[in-house]
Amino acid sequence: MINDTGIAVAFWVLAATTVGCALMVVMVRELIHAVLFLALCFVGVAGIYIVLSADFVAVAQILIYAGAIAVLMTFAVMLTPAADRENSETAFWAPAAVLAGLVLVVITYVTYATSWHIAGRGAFPATAASLGEAFLKPYVVPFEVASVLLMTAMIGAIVLTKEDEEPESA
Amino acid sequence: MTPALLTLITKHWYDIRDLSNLSHKIEQLIADAGGPHWLIYVVSAILGAGGIVSFIGGVAIINIWVERRVVGRMQSRLGPNRLGPFGLLQPVADAIKLMQKEVLQPRTAYGLIFTAAPIMFTVPGILLFAVLPWGRNMTLAHLDVGVLFLLAASSLGALAVFMAGYSSNNKYSLFGSMRVIAMLVSYEIPIVLALLGIVLFAGTMDLNGIVLFQAKYWAPMVMLQPLPFFIYFISVSAELNRTPADIAEAESEIVGGYHTEYSGMKFGLFYAAELINAVVVSAIISTVFLGGWWAYKLDELVPGWMIYIGKIYTVYFLFVWTRGTLPRFRVDQLLAFAWKWMTPMAILNIVLVAAEVLLWEQSGWSAGFVIPLYIAVNNALAVATIFAFMRLLAPKFERFPTRLRYYAGIDVPSLPAATAADTARTGVQAV
Amino acid sequence: MPDLLLASVRLEHVLLLGGWLFAIGLFLALSKRNAIGVLMGVELMLNAVNVTLLAFSRFVVSPRPLDGQVFALFVITVAAAEASVALALAIAVYRHRRTVNIDEIDLLRW
Repeated sequence: MINDTGIAVAFWVLAATTVGCALMVVMVRELIHAVLFLALCFVGVAGIYIVLSADFVAVAQILIYAGAIAVLMTFAVMLTPAADRENSETAFWAPAAVLAGLVLVVITYVTYATSWHIAGRGAFPATAASLGEAFLKPYVVPFEVASVLLMTAMIGAIVLTKEDEEPESA
Repeated sequence: MTPALLTLITKHWYDIRDLSNLSHKIEQLIADAGGPHWLIYVVSAILGAGGIVSFIGGVAIINIWVERRVVGRMQSRLGPNRLGPFGLLQPVADAIKLMQKEVLQPRTAYGLIFTAAPIMFTVPGILLFAVLPWGRNMTLAHLDVGVLFLLAASSLGALAVFMAGYSSNNKYSLFGSMRVIAMLVSYEIPIVLALLGIVLFAGTMDLNGIVLFQAKYWAPMVMLQPLPFFIYFISVSAELNRTPADIAEAESEIVGGYHTEYSGMKFGLFYAAELINAVVVSAIISTVFLGGWWAYKLDELVPGWMIYIGKIYTVYFLFVWTRGTLPRFRVDQLLAFAWKWMTPMAILNIVLVAAEVLLWEQSGWSAGFVIPLYIAVNNALAVATIFAFMRLLAPKFERFPTRLRYYAGIDVPSLPAATAADTARTGVQAV
Repeated sequence: MPDLLLASVRLEHVLLLGGWLFAIGLFLALSKRNAIGVLMGVELMLNAVNVTLLAFSRFVVSPRPLDGQVFALFVITVAAAEASVALALAIAVYRHRRTVNIDEIDLLRW
């Protein structure tokens, strides 16, 4: 529980922004607007991370999501034809809405029905050093596997998007 | 001079040496008056942000003049010299002109994104100023992950450029923004790797911590890490879209790049943001590589922020210099430079730094021995690496094409017959 | 109860925020016609999971409280890899089928 008024106000403003932007992603009709609202949503989530005293994760979130993934998505939007750049739903929107609503109800119920073991600890001090230690001591194998995963993803993306070379016409 | 006056001057000199003393006084005043806890935060935030934003505004105006005068002198032109002494009023006239201009917007532009793009382009540059250490205690937002924050906030500019290019609905704007993104994505890697070497050496990502490291061992990072300095300087001048690498707005190729369709103050924002970004990058270089507010013993006599501003403008002069003297790269040259030269060199440097840091930790040598040794070794290796790369990777200079090039569907006229002298020099037979 | 709602941040509040984001992301992923819209939904769900992980790491009793942040960083890494491959897939599909609408990519339908 965080009792500091300033942090609480920041949390509620950020939460409202994030959820509002997420709803706008659903509702706007232009795909490019949806991507930009999603980028704003990512930045809001980074703010939430700072409230939860995870400064390193927050900066990583901005660097990767807002800086890289959002740009990648705008790129993909631009590569699709102009006629397809709309943000409409398929016929499955009604069952999807029901399912999403059910998930929300279940999460709310579980959240309030469980008695959590709340630790009365304060905010973490600077996390970067201890995170680095965690990555290189107990989690060194997942860390290495993650680098292999990134390598695989990079090669996969190149192979998927590489065009077949035209035979050279002399 | 009476002793009383002398103490008065030295006392006040001490007070402006670190402006945090001033804000500390104000905070104490509020606390003594019984002001609430949060008011102190608000007041110090407003003081710091106000100071930084007014500095940015002043810098944007001054730098227009500096840039035009210095580049004019370098290119044997006069530069602005009509308005006021030395043309000092020229930036004011420019600003008034931009404000008066009609703000045109193409009918096919995507209105909201078109308007938001220049604002989103300006904000990250201003955000970056928040974490810079202006003095020993003069940091507005003391972040433990300062270096990472610099990278994250500057990566937001790419999205703004893309918004500008996409929403203008103009082929040249889109070309410009595609070029910017290709360049940003490519040069991000050497920049991160170059800064990683510094972080490894200093053992902290906190910018003030990096300055303190340099102050502790009396060695600016540029001496310990010359290779990252060159990599960072070149990569960042590409990211800034300044002239050796301004392919994004190469006016002879693609009109004005991503801001072709912008006019009036919207264009003014792009222009100001470019100047601000140049200053903030100079500030990063002077913090990370040149020791920030520290300058051997000088920072005990002169306020640290004055030294810092002096260093910022020294680096800024280097940027203006490259802009004034170098011709523009081609797109493919620029991208090849990032991938084939900068990135491998930066990776080599990371390996080297990691080995050096490990050696220092394990051997237990004293800093007085290790620092001069590493300075000598790293400088020698930097020179060796640069020359090795030049020998290995530089394309051979072709005075005559060694083979005929055909393109599908294009009839290429045959080359003029080489003379006997050409054949003797290049070894190419006449066709 | 205003003191419950606005004066403090509790674990439940953050979990609810994560729940909302997850539900919106789920709806996006299940309902959007455009492949990029689906991808946006997936990214939003991953973000919701990260919010939840960090909330547990901040509030709940644990011998190693920072592990939540480590997990969140792994999730971000996987999300970056996933986004690049998914967008490459979208482009490859567009090249062959001239569409990225997922209800028109039905070659494997019985």
